[in-house]
Amino acid sequence: MTFSRVILSVLLILSAAVVQVTVVNRLPLPGAGPDLVLLVVIGLAVVVGPMAGASIGFGAGLLVDLMPPTATEVGRWALVFCLIGYLAGQIQVDAKRSVLIVLGAVAGLAALAALLFAGLGLLFGDPRISGDLVVSTMVSSVLYDLLLAPFVIPGVMALTRRTAINPTLA
Amino acid sequence: MLAVLLLTAFTFITLDARGGTGSILDRVRETASTVLGPIERAAAAVVNPVSDFIDGVTSINSNADRIDALEADNDELRRQLLTAPLDQSRVDELDKLLRVSSLGGYKIVPSQVIAVAAENGYAQTVTVDSGTRDGVHRNQTVLSGDGLVGRVIAVGPGTATILLLTDPAFGVGARLAVSGETGFLQGKGRDPLGLELYNPQAVVETGNVVVTLGSPNGRPFVPGVPIGEVTDVIATPGGLSRLAEVEPYAQLTALDLVGIVIEPPRRDPRNALVAPTPTPTPTPTATASTSASPSPSPSPSP
Repeated sequence: MTFSRVILSVLLILSAAVVQVTVVNRLPLPGAGPDLVLLVVIGLAVVVGPMAGASIGFGAGLLVDLMPPTATEVGRWALVFCLIGYLAGQIQVDAKRSVLIVLGAVAGLAALAALLFAGLGLLFGDPRISGDLVVSTMVSSVLYDLLLAPFVIPGVMALTRRTAINPTLA
Repeated sequence: MLAVLLLTAFTFITLDARGGTGSILDRVRETASTVLGPIERAAAAVVNPVSDFIDGVTSINSNADRIDALEADNDELRRQLLTAPLDQSRVDELDKLLRVSSLGGYKIVPSQVIAVAAENGYAQTVTVDSGTRDGVHRNQTVLSGDGLVGRVIAVGPGTATILLLTDPAFGVGARLAVSGETGFLQGKGRDPLGLELYNPQAVVETGNVVVTLGSPNGRPFVPGVPIGEVTDVIATPGGLSRLAEVEPYAQLTALDLVGIVIEPPRRDPRNALVAPTPTPTPTPTATASTSASPSPSPSPSP
């Protein structure tokens, strides 16, 4: 991964996380809203591959874990996003540019992220997690992520590709 | 030929100059004006817009500037019009907060909510824009003009994180304002708060007001902050405690301005903060007093 890609990833993830807590979460959306950081991680990982994707996911998760307002253990989102980044990186090997495959991956990965996060919570005795809440959170976040993915992921992918061609960019 | 023409012209001039009114040239002139006048007028009607247009074209830049200036004025006025209700609601909220803090004798830091936790993280927390610089520390009470909001769980130099009272990890000692029965109140996520009264014979009815019991030195909870109203009493025959559901007063989904209590009152304000609906005319001197006068209904301390 080139230096410019590291800078680009940091910038994209940081802005996604900030917009998430200051804007998206304040919207009165029914159910859990879209997860911008998840979408950015998927968009980056699809281009950079599984190993770099995993490290990007880890860093992004750590940021989400540490960013106020947070009340969960540090490392929960890091673990989840690390795995998501790795899996999204694998998709790059299968399909180069198919939009449908990326969208399908977003749906699958969003569901996986929700389940994994809740599972980790149960493992560590989080009092907030209950069965029906997990299901409703998973369904709504998959729907919102799918809705927002066409607006976020192509842009992130295009930016990431451009940094490969011109390393001075970004 | 030229000479003839020149001579004719000279003659006309002479005739006109010497003829005075009523000369033949005057009549010629009148005729000419009756014929030419309408033509000129018609021409002017056609030409004036064109010349105006040309004038306009040459001054188009200054017009554009003027339009820009007017548009900017317009936008500013429209913005003021739109934000007036927002400003008013902000003023109202601040008013309510001030009322609560003066009634309870608290010292509060008004804080603006700047970030909200994602719902897919399950925790119900918000970040506000005041921190250690403003005297905010962990485990301080957070309230709004309506009632208890939560407590501070993390604090930075300029921000603080608040655990909302609906979060399942949230718990607070509570007391019924009317009967003085004590118990423990817990957040239940999306469901109403759960109140567990320690006295199994306690009398509790829907509509009863629940206030905070208070902690030693006012941390994490100062006493006497209204939390909510009992909406449902759960029958627990033979149980060791009474269970009830409580609807919080604070509008937690639309939090904007909250107050963090940085200095607890010297004495328990008792029920001074409970909405004064039963009393017909609450005089400010009778209920509002920073030195916490005896409460209107002195309840037995448990």
